[in-house]
Amino acid sequence: MKSDKVINKVDLIFRKSESDEISVIKRVLEKKPIDIINNIIDSGLRGRGGAGFPTGLKWKLAYEQNSTVKYVICNADEGEPGTFKDREILDVVPQKVLAGMAICAYCIGAKKGYIYLRGEYFFLANKLEEIIENFNQKLKTIGLDFEIQLYLGSGAYVCGEETALFESLEGKRGEPRNKPPFPTSVGFLNKPTVINNVETLVYAYIITDIGPNEFKKYGTKDSRGSKVFSISGDTPKPGIYELELGMTVEDFVKEFGDGDTKAVQIGGCSGKCVPRKDFATTIIGFEGIPTGGSMMLFNSSRSMYNVLHNFLEFFCEESCGQCTPCRVGYQQLLKGIEAVKKGERPASYLEELKKLALTMKVSSKCGLGQSAANPFISIVDNFKEEMIY
Amino acid sequence: MIKEVKLKINNIEVCVPEGSTILQAAKKLNIELPTLCYHNDLSVAGNCRVCIVEVKNSRLLQPACVFPVSEGIEVFTNSNLVRQARKHIIELLLSEHNADCTECYRNNNCELQRLAYEYGVSQHLFIDLIPLKNYEKDYSSPSIIKDDSRCIRCQRCVRTCEELQAVSALTVAYRGEHMKISTFFENPMFEIVCTNCGQCVLHCPTGALIERTYIDEVWEAINDPDKHVVVQTAPAVRVALGELFGYEPGERVTGKMVTALKLLGFDSVLDTNFSADLTIIEESNELLERLKKAIKEKQKAYLPMFTSCSPGWIKFAEHMYPELLPHLSTCKSPQQMFGALVKTYYAKKIGIDPKKIVSVSIMPCTAKKFEANRPEMKSSGYRDVDYVLTTRELALMIKQAGINFSKLSETNYDNIMGKSTGAGVIFGVTGGVAEAALRTAYEIITGKEIPFPKLNIIPVRGLEGVREVTIKIDGTLPEWDFLEGMELRVAIAHGLANAKRLIEKILSGQVNYHFVEIMACPGGCLGGGGQPIPVNTEIRKSRVKAIYEEDENMPLRKSHENPDVIALYNEFLHKPLGHKSHELLHVTYTPRKRY
Repeated sequence: MKSDKVINKVDLIFRKSESDEISVIKRVLEKKPIDIINNIIDSGLRGRGGAGFPTGLKWKLAYEQNSTVKYVICNADEGEPGTFKDREILDVVPQKVLAGMAICAYCIGAKKGYIYLRGEYFFLANKLEEIIENFNQKLKTIGLDFEIQLYLGSGAYVCGEETALFESLEGKRGEPRNKPPFPTSVGFLNKPTVINNVETLVYAYIITDIGPNEFKKYGTKDSRGSKVFSISGDTPKPGIYELELGMTVEDFVKEFGDGDTKAVQIGGCSGKCVPRKDFATTIIGFEGIPTGGSMMLFNSSRSMYNVLHNFLEFFCEESCGQCTPCRVGYQQLLKGIEAVKKGERPASYLEELKKLALTMKVSSKCGLGQSAANPFISIVDNFKEEMIY
Repeated sequence: MIKEVKLKINNIEVCVPEGSTILQAAKKLNIELPTLCYHNDLSVAGNCRVCIVEVKNSRLLQPACVFPVSEGIEVFTNSNLVRQARKHIIELLLSEHNADCTECYRNNNCELQRLAYEYGVSQHLFIDLIPLKNYEKDYSSPSIIKDDSRCIRCQRCVRTCEELQAVSALTVAYRGEHMKISTFFENPMFEIVCTNCGQCVLHCPTGALIERTYIDEVWEAINDPDKHVVVQTAPAVRVALGELFGYEPGERVTGKMVTALKLLGFDSVLDTNFSADLTIIEESNELLERLKKAIKEKQKAYLPMFTSCSPGWIKFAEHMYPELLPHLSTCKSPQQMFGALVKTYYAKKIGIDPKKIVSVSIMPCTAKKFEANRPEMKSSGYRDVDYVLTTRELALMIKQAGINFSKLSETNYDNIMGKSTGAGVIFGVTGGVAEAALRTAYEIITGKEIPFPKLNIIPVRGLEGVREVTIKIDGTLPEWDFLEGMELRVAIAHGLANAKRLIEKILSGQVNYHFVEIMACPGGCLGGGGQPIPVNTEIRKSRVKAIYEEDENMPLRKSHENPDVIALYNEFLHKPLGHKSHELLHVTYTPRKRY
């Protein structure tokens, strides 16, 4: 469990690369799609949006689909509270994102790609449109039949869920679909689709450029490579950092804490809360607590009741509302902790609510409801006193 | 050949065709999993989550209604994990649901109530959310009441309105805790594009959508000694009413129903089948007039002619296809023809002041409530039909009166407007109006019976959404010789989504017909929004069978042979499409807004 790595800053994502994106794509076009895919598989890259599905495998599943129409979609609906790294990536190195999409398109045989941009990032839209237009032209000149289009979301958190995103992109209400079928076989417009997070696409591009071995130098067996973190809360140096995966929370807090860190919320609202007593034994990565990049630090001035209350209010509002466990479950969790705090329900009611959170975890339709147990149980268990008094 | 897949449910092996769901596989083992958002008539949503089951090696519980089986999977439907989650889900729904069951119209026939009982849950585990929300009932429509406090957000109504009816009057609004089923701009039900068909009522698992009831008003009229209360019963009621008294779907209870209505105290129990026959006389003559105008006189005539007896269809056309309104038959629906005659012909005949007559109709339909309320429907000088009750409301009245329905003997309808033919009864089934019209029209043209064994025009029958039939006309009478050898093209659609498909094809010129029958509800009136709940394809099929049995058992099978109708023409109307007919029995409609 214990990792011997200390905090290690990496510079892959934002680095000015030696080769420009178009020449990398040109090189790709000379290779067989399956070889490119195998490179990604070999690198051990897992999705950087939070769920961590192996990227190469996702590409391969779409590649194997027998369909003349396929899609590549870049999920830029960065909505998880405390996450703001995709914004930076799209602002600073958008060409690398586009290149990642183009490489994926070549691999799976897609002719059309979309960037689903979070509605609140409208200020990036004009600039991105221009860059995309330019990029599309360049792809034409090098003979790759692939075109990218930008689509602006409308501010619903749930549309970051891949199938809700498809619905939204199709012009419908953003409600998650039943899975199976999965996007690689039935995705956007019911066609095989690869949908990747912004950062994942950049890493896929980088791995294709520098080779899987360079990437594998970083990280651990289960969490290969590095990751861009959005660091916020009670820290003297909030911001965006690309860090090697596999560090402990203790190492992380040493670097970013303010000396009074009481808890770290890993992975945003839907992630887990790690209390000080567990800092040393918790690894940030797929073998410990995976994250889409959000790291929120709380010091002793913070009420964890307020933190949880805030999270639950967020989910009550952002649940799409279609499935019962998520829609009503979050309302009950929220009203429930309020009732305990006010003394209207006994402290033992928290145990009932924990059971409910577990039901939500196994019975909700999508990740929004399924992640209820993460913050709820980790905060209630570790800061029970703050919940009651 | 579809591949078979072998799986285990609760350790018992079962084989089902590939592509089946766990719900279907369980059914094969006679395990009925609980469902709420699932309905046979609709696409699968998988959003209520009560049908969740455990699938070995899956980290999540899976909704049985949508999860596809695959070879070798092992499913557990009653594990502790499943039972805990299912109970939680039912409790969650109850915490968000106004569970004053005794105040609810669906008390005793509510899917949530049944599950709450079966799983022994009470709403006390979680906090009651109802007081925190400001729900207001929408009473604006004369047909449908919408009560959000009873809504469980299963979206069956939304899918019904979109998939079966292509209307989408109901849709999902807002997110999360505020998510609800709403209307365009949250306008009241009366102001939106709604056909009042009541399919949403029929498909609602709880009491969130119910018909507006007029039971008390009818009791008041019955108990008023100054009033003469006349009741008419639609064809489809008699093949479904029994279901509300424990009969199997498809049992005909015509005679018992008439007895019950007399016991309730109606002064005269008459039959909408009579005016269905009358409709056929008027409508087939109208069709022939239009054909004459088009073919013989070479003038512009609005063809195809569409039927006009389904008020859901009328309102749909007014909103969606105003350009088709001249194509609609100007005949009022049988209910409204009946109403207009009750306060004129009938009143005169029995010597009662029409002011004192209260005209009630028992309909399988909620749109009929709206229709009766239309400003166009006052040609008798009074409101032609005063109150419309659904089949469900009639059953409730019978229960309120303590009548032991199954023990009742059978009685015939009263005189004057009580006689009918088999052609009238088949108005209750999709294709029936077309069949009845053909039986009469063919005979007008040729003087001979339409050449189908036992007058059963089998090609127009069935439950496919859109059907088309061509009838060749042979041996015309001299007056109709211009139709000799002509092929009369007839199309039939039921369910407004099917109607829309058919109309789009007609409007694009891909197909053309002379006569088109449209019924708003799946199956026709027998599947109407006022019929017993639940409904599904099997139940509709049973009712279809019953309607055709009723037809075959009638001594008279052709509308123009109805003695009461013949008497009506002799004594009052004088001739089809005549002056009096136009005054009382015909109507035109006006376009409505599209949004």
